[in-house]
This record gives sequence, structure tokens and C-alpha cells, in this order.
Amino acid sequence: MAERAPPLIVGAGPAGIRAAMTLVAAGLRPIVVDESHACGGQIYRQPLAADGRGAKARYGSEAAKATRLHRDFAALGTGIDYLPNSLLWNLRDGAADILRDGVSRRVSYDGLVLATGATDRVLPIPGWTLPGVFTLGGAQIALKAQGCAIGRRVVFAGSGPLLYLVAWQYMKAGVEVAAVLDAAPLAAKLNLLRALPLAPGIVLRGLRMAAELTLCGTRVVFGADRISIEGEGRVARIVYRNGGREHAIACDGVGYGLNLRPETQAADLAGCAFRFDPRDRAHLPVRDASGRSSVAGVYLAGDGARIAGADAAEAAGERAALALLQDRGLSHDSRRAAALERALAKIDRLRDVLEAAFPCPSHWTPEIADDMLLCRCEEITSGEALRAIRDFSLTEINRLKAVTRIGMGRCQGRMCGAAAAELLAARTHRDISAVGRLRAQAPIKPIPLATSQSVDERQHDPAH
Amino acid sequence: MTRRIDCDVAIIGGGLVGSSAALALRGMGLSVTLLDKGFCGAQASGVNYGGVRRQGRPPEQLPLSQRAHAIWPRLQRLIGIDGEFMRSGHLKLARSAADMASLERYAIDVAPFGLDLELVGHNQLRERFGIAGGVIGGSFCPGDGHANPRLVATAFAAAARRAGAEVLENTKVVGATRTFESFTLEAGDVAITARTVINSAGAWADTFARDFGEPVPLERTYPSMVVTEPLDPFLAVNLGIEGGGIYARQVTRGNVVVGGERAMPLDDPDYSRPRSDGVLTIMRRAGELFGRLRHAQAIRFWSGTEATMPDRNPVIGPSATTPGLLHAFGFSGAGFQIAPGVGEVLAELVRDGRTSTPIDAFAITRFPPASQPDDALSSR
Repeated sequence: MAERAPPLIVGAGPAGIRAAMTLVAAGLRPIVVDESHACGGQIYRQPLAADGRGAKARYGSEAAKATRLHRDFAALGTGIDYLPNSLLWNLRDGAADILRDGVSRRVSYDGLVLATGATDRVLPIPGWTLPGVFTLGGAQIALKAQGCAIGRRVVFAGSGPLLYLVAWQYMKAGVEVAAVLDAAPLAAKLNLLRALPLAPGIVLRGLRMAAELTLCGTRVVFGADRISIEGEGRVARIVYRNGGREHAIACDGVGYGLNLRPETQAADLAGCAFRFDPRDRAHLPVRDASGRSSVAGVYLAGDGARIAGADAAEAAGERAALALLQDRGLSHDSRRAAALERALAKIDRLRDVLEAAFPCPSHWTPEIADDMLLCRCEEITSGEALRAIRDFSLTEINRLKAVTRIGMGRCQGRMCGAAAAELLAARTHRDISAVGRLRAQAPIKPIPLATSQSVDERQHDPAH
Repeated sequence: MTRRIDCDVAIIGGGLVGSSAALALRGMGLSVTLLDKGFCGAQASGVNYGGVRRQGRPPEQLPLSQRAHAIWPRLQRLIGIDGEFMRSGHLKLARSAADMASLERYAIDVAPFGLDLELVGHNQLRERFGIAGGVIGGSFCPGDGHANPRLVATAFAAAARRAGAEVLENTKVVGATRTFESFTLEAGDVAITARTVINSAGAWADTFARDFGEPVPLERTYPSMVVTEPLDPFLAVNLGIEGGGIYARQVTRGNVVVGGERAMPLDDPDYSRPRSDGVLTIMRRAGELFGRLRHAQAIRFWSGTEATMPDRNPVIGPSATTPGLLHAFGFSGAGFQIAPGVGEVLAELVRDGRTSTPIDAFAITRFPPASQPDDALSSR
């Protein structure tokens, strides 16, 4: 009998790590492709070089989880075929194209676990492209992976649990956090009371962070509106409206983000069916409770499938791997699978509440001024997009892309796609679900033209 | 409730051919319904390479191509945008003495058509065009150029709409029949009665032709395109290579579009995607031709679904079975430049029953129906 190709896991964050462990425990030797130099994903990202800081300083309250995941992954050793610093740039029908050190290899796989993670969602606000403005995720990575702060006196603005977490981490790192500008009104936070019985630890930790920030002198503002970032050539202050008045705070760094958006290009290229998800305000690959997608042998786990956080990612990665084992005819622990699904369902209910407590301020969309950059890669303004929508009677996001180049640049819409969809929906008076989704094209991220091609199909014998 | 539309001309397929025909027909005062199963200009018309090129076409296409050539500089007036059309010239390179001889022969063959071809040697290639490495000469057509197909195709449909055409997108024609002196089309919740029907359905045109008893040996092909990040300007011309390989152009924004190779259809054959080995081959060849491209990043690949005929010429003209039916499809990956001319020709055919531009070579009757096996017609 011909030997079957190994499973492929894309991403080595909490979902990818747990999926790998589960497959290895069942006797498989998966390939794990990781864009980063070391496992952990974004949330448990490891430093490029030792910087003298311990896990506690780096990961705060999540240090134990981070350490355990890093250790567990390292313990897999040669039990997996780990490809760090590697970019999956295309895949289809059991073959993936992976770029590492300038060489692209075509890798055969049998079973695919996509644990591709998420990035910040942003809507353009005045000054959002000024030097000194970072996404919340970017601000966090600077601190975690490089031990750098984005400024000496910083403000964090936007929505989402990450807003408070990053602000608190900066405060703990000794950076002056002048303010947290929360787009949601205090009333939205009352939803957290509903979250209390579901996850008292998480809610109380969040409240404690907010309290500690306040005690340290950080101004915490709910219902901040009309936020704009100002400065000559770089960030100098942030201006917002609250309580019918305009306020200004001097700062030299801003972290900004409106929750997260899943990275779904790999699922799209794999042929997965998509469906609009109201909670994430995005079209997401369809999956069942086990993580099975619409394509046989393709499994989805973690924030790349739907935003649910790191704990859910761990559980979903393991659950998806169990589904892969079952589909491959290998023994798998069905009781464990059921327990994981229960845990995931509980986290899912919590996420519903968190979304209500940290809503995306889509009501900002009509306020996006015509001269504001919408697509940074192609330098397309909101006004240009609106003119194209009007002149060409556009109602669909891929047509908007075709006519304006929005989402056609280096980021392929990963940064601007959500905002473009919001704008198109608002301008055409359609629901965000009705404007379609940007179809993904390879390469998932840019690759150099000098990429050389390896003919090695990577024969996978267990001794390899 | 079924909506009823009564019009002079119904056009199946809102690509560049159908849209430009719609616009020309509106200019003649005829009522037009333009139908597309998806969005106008979203298929081959909108996702092709963007070459606006006469050079290299067989002589029988050149009268039509010259007619279109006169339209391109007038786009701003015609459709409200210039479509990023640049009269950059088209340079076709020869890699061997045999290829150069072929370019020289072509220049002689098409001399009567007035393309003003200019044969250039190796030194000139380097001095004028900055091209070295692996090429011995080329043929330059200064009046050719390139444009942005995403804009041009979409803008023709938008202009037709502004001119009064009824443009129905996401409206798939599921039935077309001729009764007495008119046609009836069933499309979504619309029933259209028209005196004339134009079949400009691109890669989907064969099914309509077959429905009217005219099977055609249409094949689908899928080009592969690579686009780089924006780079400083270095490639002033639209570039091709005799005998194939790659073709390349640099847009005003700086991105270099490089095409070549063949892509593959997806499960839904309306969509296709470049093959990974194909794009890597394109990228390698582009880097061999232009050293500076080796350090550039490729940011996007794409493909489209095109229709091609065995003799690489399109089908343009009246149906042989059905009075009032006109065909215009099968442009074999070279329809972008001539499409606006085809639109004018179709409008003349509708109004006058004849056209001043010779199109006999494109008659559907050149494919004898008996020679077509049935299974060659099914869409794939």
C-alpha cells in the first residue's frame, strides 16, 4: 500500500500547536508551517533574540499558558516536520507551495489543519496613517517580541478586549499610558455582567486591568467618538469627542484597532465554502463543531476561522486534529472530542457577550472623510472609492476592487478589505453581509520574483 | 412576477464586445437590453492582460483592428474615462535568427495595413528599450499600447447604461427561442422580447450557438498573470516575444504585469486560478529578461476564462441558421484591442444588415456543423 502523505498544519499558534501534539500522539508526523521564527503565534510570540526578560514580564497573566505551549511544542522535536520562517503562498488539492529562504517547495499533504490566526480590523480615522500609529496587535508584538514600546506617552483607542490588555501590558512595562479611548459606551460594558457566570476569571481580570490602569493615572473613556490623530509628520496628540465636548491628549504613540479579523485566504484557496458571520462582520469559512470545513480533509481552528481567543484556539486545534484522525481511520478519543466541543460552545457564548461589550463602531463609517486613505498599499482614498461606487453603480466588493485597486496591493485587502466592505455597504444602503467578500488570490503574501523552484516533492518516510 | 421587456436588441454577455455594441446601438437610437450572468466586464474582458495591440494579428484581423485602433484614443469622450490607455508602442522580441526572420516576414505581409512596424536590432534594443540578454532583435509597433481592462470593460457597460441601455447584471439567460419575427429570452424573473439577439457570451457563447443549431468548436483557455509591487518606471513599452513565452507591461502606478503559461479551471469553471509552477516559470523568465525584476515582489496572480477557436480567429457575424441572431465570441486571448471595433461592426450589422469592415474570415459557417462531435461542445 502506498504510504499516505503527512497532514499539513498551517500556523504554530495555540491552535496549530495543539493540533500538532494531537496528531503526533496518534503516531503521525505532520508538517507544521510557520511564518514566524518560533512557535507561539501572535499571542505567545517569542522574541527574536533573548532579551533578558522572563515569561512573566513578556506574557503577564498568560505566562503559564505560553510557557506550557512553547515547552510542549519543543518536546515534539523530530516528531513533526517543522518549517519555521516559511510562507505558505498557495495550496490546492493536496499540494501546498511553501517558500523558505528564497526556495519554493511543493509539499504534498493528506489532511490540512488551517490555524492561520487573525489580524486587527481597522476603519480609517483621521491621522490613522501617521508614523507612530500602530494596530493594537502591532503594538503588542513590538513589546512582546522586541521589547520595544511604540512611544513614551501612548494612547490606546478602538474597541475589543485587546484594547485593555495591551494598555495594561504597556503600563506594566513602565510606559506612560495616557488614555484608553473605548469606542463603546459604558452601557455596552454592562454586557460583561452576563459574561460573569460564563467566565468569571476573564471578566474579573479585565475589570482589574481597567482599575489598575485608572489607578496608575490612565484616563479611561467610554463612548469616545470622532477620534482623530494629529501631528506634523508624526503623532503629537489624539483628539476625540465625549460627553458633547472635544478633548485632546498629547501623546507620541497610538495603538488603534477594532477587534480582530480572521485570516481566511488559505481556506479560500483550499476551496472552502464561506458564509457571512454577523459576530465577526465578515464572511468566514463554514465549519462544523468539530472544525471540519466544507472540503473533505480540510479542518479549521483558531481565530483564523472565527475570532474566539487563544483558549478556544487550543481546544479547537486539538478538536480539529481529532476529526482528522477519525477521517483518516485512526483511533481517536471521541469522549475527549465531545468535551472539547462543550468547552468551545461555552467559549462561543462568552464571545457573543464580549462582542456586545466591545462592538465594532461601524457607525463611524459614514464619518470617513473623502480625503482619508482607505487602501494604503494602492493609496486609494475614501472619496475615490465613493466616486467609483457612484459612477459604476457598484454593489459588490470584488467589483469595487476591480475598478479602484482597493485590496489589490501588497496586503491583498487584509488591512483595507473590512473597511472597504463597510464603506460599500453604508454607501449603497446594504447590509454588510450583502456586498460579498474579496476573493483570495495567491500569493497569500508577496513572494520575490527570484524565488527558485524546488522539484523536491518531499517524500515522507517516517525516518526522514 | 415576471417583468417583461420589449426591445430592439438583446445582448447576451456584458463583456467588452457586448457592452461596446450596446453603446454603439444606443448611439443609433435603438433600444437595448444588455444581460450578464454575473457582473459586466468581470470575466475575460476585465481580467485579461490589457494589451492594446495590432502587431502580431493575422492580416485578416487587421482591418477590424485598425477600426478599433481609432476608437482607443477617444475613450475619454466615449465612456468617460481614458481607461489608463497608453500609446506606449508594442515591442515584439526575437530570441533566434529564425524568430527574427519571422518578424521580418510579418512586417512585409502586413505592410499594406499601415501598422508602421519598425524592425530593431540588438543594439537598439539595449539603447532604446533597455533590453538585453537572450534577444537578437525585435519589431516595434509605435501606435500600439496597453490599458487597464478592469476599467475599460466596466466603463463601457456603465456608459451603455448612461446612454439608456437596460443593463441587467446577475441575470443569467436560461432560455432563448425565436418565434415569428422576434426572440424571447428567459432570464431570471425577466422575459425579454427582441427583434435581434447578439450572442457575445464569451466562453459561454457556445451553448447559445448550439441552442440555435450551430455547434462550434469553442475551447476554453486560462491565461496566467503575475503582477509585481509598484516599481520605478523602466519598461516603457508593451512587450511580447515571438513564439510565446512571456508578455509584460508596466502600468503608470509602477506595477509590472507579466503574463504567460496556462492556468487551470476550478471546480466551478467560471473561475480559474494560475498554477503554482506556471507562475514561478513566468517569474523566472521575467527576471531573466529584466535583472531588476529579480528583486521585486510578486503581489498577486490571477487568471480568467477565455474562449478560443481552433484557427485562433473569432466568430463575428450573422448566424447561418437563425435570422436576427448575431454572434461575436471566441477572441482567443486577443479580444481586448479589437472589441470596441467589434461593437461598432455589430451595431452596423443590426441597423444596416452589413458593415463596411471586412469580417468574412470570421463567419460561423467556416466550422461545418457535421464535423463537430457533440462532446466537444459541452462546457467544461
